[in-house]
Amino acid sequence: MHELSLCDDLLSQVVAIAAQHNAQSVESITLQIGALAGVEPALLETAFALIRVGTVAEQAELIMQTVPVTVLCQLCGTQSEVVANLLLCNACQSHETSLLSGDQLILASVALNCAD
Amino acid sequence: MCNTCGCNITPGNRPQVLAEKPKNGVTTISVLQNLLSQNNQQAEHNRAHFDAQKVLVINLMSSPGSGKTALLEATIKRLRDSLKIAVIEGDLETENDTKRIQAQGVPAYQITTGTACHLDAHLVHNALHHMALDGLDLLFIENVGNLVCPASFDLGHHRNVVLLSVTEGDDKPAKYPVMFRAADLMLISKTDLLPHLDDFSPPSAEQNLHNLANDAQVITLSSKNGEGLDAWIAWLHAEIDRYRSLLLSNQTQRPKVQLDGQLLHATPGKTKFYPVSNKAVHI
Ligand SMILES: Nc1nc2c(ncn2[C@@H]2O[C@H](COP(=O)(O)OP(=O)(O)OP(=O)(O)O)[C@@H](O)[C@H]2O)c(=O)[nH]1
Ligand SMILES: [Mg+2]
Ligand SMILES: [Zn+2]
Ligand SMILES: [Zn+2]
Ligand SMILES: [Zn+2]
Repeated sequence: MHELSLCDDLLSQVVAIAAQHNAQSVESITLQIGALAGVEPALLETAFALIRVGTVAEQAELIMQTVPVTVLCQLCGTQSEVVANLLLCNACQSHETSLLSGDQLILASVALNCAD
Repeated sequence: MCNTCGCNITPGNRPQVLAEKPKNGVTTISVLQNLLSQNNQQAEHNRAHFDAQKVLVINLMSSPGSGKTALLEATIKRLRDSLKIAVIEGDLETENDTKRIQAQGVPAYQITTGTACHLDAHLVHNALHHMALDGLDLLFIENVGNLVCPASFDLGHHRNVVLLSVTEGDDKPAKYPVMFRAADLMLISKTDLLPHLDDFSPPSAEQNLHNLANDAQVITLSSKNGEGLDAWIAWLHAEIDRYRSLLLSNQTQRPKVQLDGQLLHATPGKTKFYPVSNKAVHI
């Protein structure tokens, strides 16, 4: 349960960006979270609600986009969308696959209310 | 991986990025930065410390009580005359594990994390101020007993070793894919108990690991009766040799999941910089 410390990092990144752009407040924060990122979106949301109080992001909406797990087969080249604990090629069932997406934990964008 | 270059922007998620015009005084800034970038930066810094001293660093992870400390005790007994070893212990509370390691005549430093259920690169860096790395061959970091979050934090180490004790059930790789996908080696521990269990099958555990597209080696062992320890010791020696030859060509070793990011990073045309700009971007 490290969502609180993650939120700490998130908030310091957001505050820095807001300051850089002279923003009055942060409207929304968009994250991309893969099913293999090891983060529970619901816990992240709870932690964020606690940590944003008294900051420029106090009113910010947290938008979490979950990213599906997709793999590329090394044998037949097929790209498959799969579940997190079965990273097999849908076409040939090989487990010689590489992950294309699904492990990301990314601050994608920040919407700011700017002075001008 | 790296905080600014967007190397976590994989071919799978990049096409979703579309530009959109600002509206109603709201400017949307595209960032695309890994949330763990602070940790990852610190981890690279730690790895530079380790590489400067040529010490191979192994991160031991498992659920609480799978036998990490018992394995370290048995390992130190076998290796302390031929290799210089040290241990960093991570626990929520108590110095018990550190005392057990020190009793084997090896330096050990305890990190008590309080409420944090995992070690991170900053905690490990602080610990490094309390230990001498020079002359060491091997540093073990025993992570907090937890099958969930330790896998997400690069500590600057070189190899991930994940223990699965036979009393936990052979389905754990399927239930904790984030952890087991990160394993460079899976150890099935406490095999002396297998005769008392009717439903733990080492081949099934291995199959569940392979279903995560992880072809890591699997070693079955018992710290109690010593079976399988030879294979584990041989793995350690082979890893030390491999690491040292990488260092000779100015390379280092990265643990499994971090390596994926590196490979992606190294592929030309697959990564792009997404600088912070005033352009509105809608994902
Ligand atoms: N039968 C048997 N018991 C073992 C073996 N290895 C460890 N144990 C027992 O399992 C219990 C936990 O072992 P530890 O080595 O403390 O486990 P750990 O993973 O370090 O535990 P935490 O640090 O608390 O997460 C102890 O009672 C050990 O004696 C083994 O190979 N066989
Ligand atoms: Mg222990
Ligand atoms: Zn944690
Ligand atoms: Zn295939
Ligand atoms: Zn340092």
